[in-house]
Amino acid sequence: MTARGAMAARLAGHPTAVAVAKRIGVRLIAGVGVLWGAATLSFIALHVTAGDAALSTVAGQGANPTKELLDQVRRDFGLDQPLYRQYLDYLGRLLHGDLGQSYQQRIAVSRAITEQLGQTVQLAVSAAAVAVLLAIGAAVLTARRRPWRSIASGVELTLSATPTFVIGIVLLIVFSFTLKVLPVSGNDGPRALILPMLTLALPIGAVLAQVLRSELEEVLEQPFILTARSRGMRDTVVRVRHALRHALVQIVTMSGFVVGGLLGGAVITETLFVRQGVGQLMLSAVTTKDIPMVLGLVVFAAFVYVVVNLLVDITYTLIDPRLVTR
Amino acid sequence: MSSLLEVAGLTVAFEGTRVVDGVSFTLQRGECLALVGESGSGKSVTTRTLVGLAGYGAHVHADRLRFDGTDVTGFTDRTWRRVRGARIGFVLQDALASLDPLRPVGREIAEPLALHTTLSRAERAARVRELLESVGVPEPEVRAAQYPHQLSGGLRQRALIASAIACDPDLLLADEPTTALDATVAVQVLDLLGSLKDNRSGLLIVSHDLAVVARLADRVAVMKDGRIVEAGTTDAVLQDPQHPYTRALLAAVPSAHAKGTRLSTVERPTVPAPAPVLDPAPGGAPVLAAVGLRKSFPGPDGVARVAVEDVSLTLRAGETLGIVGESGSGKSTTARLLLGLETPDAGEVLVDGTDWSALTPEERRTHRRRLQIVYQDPLSSFDPRYTVDRVIGEALGVAGYPRGIRRRDRTVELLELVALDAGYLGRRPLELSGGQRQRVAVARALAAEPEVIVCDEPVSALDVSVQAQILDLLADLQARLRVAYLFISHDLGVVYHASDRVLVMRDGRVLESGDVRTVFADPQHDYTRELLAAIPRLATHATPPPTPMGVS
Repeated sequence: MTARGAMAARLAGHPTAVAVAKRIGVRLIAGVGVLWGAATLSFIALHVTAGDAALSTVAGQGANPTKELLDQVRRDFGLDQPLYRQYLDYLGRLLHGDLGQSYQQRIAVSRAITEQLGQTVQLAVSAAAVAVLLAIGAAVLTARRRPWRSIASGVELTLSATPTFVIGIVLLIVFSFTLKVLPVSGNDGPRALILPMLTLALPIGAVLAQVLRSELEEVLEQPFILTARSRGMRDTVVRVRHALRHALVQIVTMSGFVVGGLLGGAVITETLFVRQGVGQLMLSAVTTKDIPMVLGLVVFAAFVYVVVNLLVDITYTLIDPRLVTR
Repeated sequence: MSSLLEVAGLTVAFEGTRVVDGVSFTLQRGECLALVGESGSGKSVTTRTLVGLAGYGAHVHADRLRFDGTDVTGFTDRTWRRVRGARIGFVLQDALASLDPLRPVGREIAEPLALHTTLSRAERAARVRELLESVGVPEPEVRAAQYPHQLSGGLRQRALIASAIACDPDLLLADEPTTALDATVAVQVLDLLGSLKDNRSGLLIVSHDLAVVARLADRVAVMKDGRIVEAGTTDAVLQDPQHPYTRALLAAVPSAHAKGTRLSTVERPTVPAPAPVLDPAPGGAPVLAAVGLRKSFPGPDGVARVAVEDVSLTLRAGETLGIVGESGSGKSTTARLLLGLETPDAGEVLVDGTDWSALTPEERRTHRRRLQIVYQDPLSSFDPRYTVDRVIGEALGVAGYPRGIRRRDRTVELLELVALDAGYLGRRPLELSGGQRQRVAVARALAAEPEVIVCDEPVSALDVSVQAQILDLLADLQARLRVAYLFISHDLGVVYHASDRVLVMRDGRVLESGDVRTVFADPQHDYTRELLAAIPRLATHATPPPTPMGVS
């Protein structure tokens, strides 16, 4: 046996630490680039769109602020500076982790986000878990099994094509108004979480199930599945132990879609169920043209994306060791 | 004592189509039976039915299906599961695909033990080591922790066999167990399978290649279109085949006596062909030459691995140069260097006397036309969405045929050259058989009117009888068009049949070269002798045993 062979044997097929570190390093640099791009694009988008931030800040019901007052507001927020100065100041603050002050709430954007984050994380994480579990269950149990396959597929198609708020309303009508088993709205307790969580989870889970099933069906054609069954293993166990891991790569790849769906869906779900959270915060920030708040939320969302994608990349190498050692 | 396996009137149908149609055979303990037939003959489905895994949507009927005296026709999946893996082991073709690629082989081998025994985790690990040792895998502890893609083809196949025999089954089913392997490795694996069989257990081996199973089988059953057309002891079937199909299968195997003759029963095309070139390329400038080629690739650890070292060759018009060697010997890298797809680290490739490396990319493109390639697996070298018309039309477009009637006519002409017709124009690769696909691949290569066609394992993925047709086709085309072939294969029998001269490669170097008859009759190198000894042989009356290849 050669020295190389001996080393390969000792590592026994696991990716080398150097190779993994290199992958992560490259991804980190790319992630910083993504954050900068998100900050810049949303900055441009917010400043070129119509509307006067100063006016919308002081304009309450029926208010008619004087020019002096508006100028005062502009000076306070630095809105009188040329756009490139505002941009550079903004980037400079961002480098120090400072997301700025909300025009409307007059508190630090980061504080506003952290205050609301807990509720949204609770909603999003539970919804994601339910979506993935539903998808795995539906796909493993129905792949290549007629007639269940067509039934499940039809339900999934309907769910993924239905707008989130419709699903929410249907759930509300059934469980809150008719059966009266779950609360209509609010943030208190796990019972209030169930309907918003399902509203958010069902359409995402439906898409994941479709993808996962078609992956599974492809994997089930592979000879190693036949080998596993010829050892006397139950079909369902073969699916879970051998096929699922191959198909999960696809789900991991779709994490970006899931995170996007959760963030977007949170806005609608939190509004519909009148829950506090980042989604509500985003909605009110956009309608009142609270520029620092919107920018802060966008950068925050981009940060979540980058972190998730980094985790996805690490997960790949855990699921499929061939990706590094090949 | 009853037979180990008793099958009578077995019929398996998928959506009304009978794939297996009234198959009957028996297998005694201590016996090896071979089921032989081409792809689609129903032999694999028959085997799978014997473990109750005929497939999705299969309708199985049998007059009698007994395993060790027990009627298994009424078995439910639950009862089958107690038999599978425990009393019947199953080995499939390619271990790279037949072992779970995401699990270390040790865990795969331990799986049947976990299912059928009460061994503890540690005991299972010990048993896995024992099993790996018993199938001839060195350093079992290390190998058990490795993934299938990290093992060589031979080791992988041994690991797969180890997982099938883990519970010491009475019956071992092996479906094309050596088809994915190099000849020398295949022989070792066959011998291993033979040694596993004792007088208590039986072995059923399935293959498309009579020559392979003849080494092992006591009896042979030949299958065609779902039926057994001939059955008997191996000697009787090989020496005195009764059914015309068996005779065709036997004749299709390239062997010493068949060189220069036709292997298939397909008639030579009636198109008037110029007289065959009897003395290929007596002198004349080589159309393709290589001098002192060297190429290395960086390995995963950053250390360069030499793939090709000091390879020189010449190829003249109308001649076939065979390159033979096992996986990893540098055959394909040599081909890529010749085609100009890789740049050599040292040495030069001369196309019609011009050095590839001296050409600008623009000039290279005009030279590319002269060299074409036919790959092993045409399915993966075609765009699955393209029709035959488009596949060949694209090649014609590159060769300078403008779109239109002329191109269409030329496409049909090319199809006729490879014994297909205009009826195939609208087909897509998946709607063609393996042999038809390879014909289309040849037609595509011919579209550019090349001087050289590099055939990289052109028949390795084909059944023996289809292989025979393709080899005949290539010979006919060479006689008509004086195209030169660089014929790469791991199969010495095929190379011997197809080539005028041969290079024997190992570890990137040319060990031996010369006239194919001389090299095969009087090999100078030990490795060449080893390769020649591994050729599966048929002891038929037509071949003077025991030196069918003229090897003394």
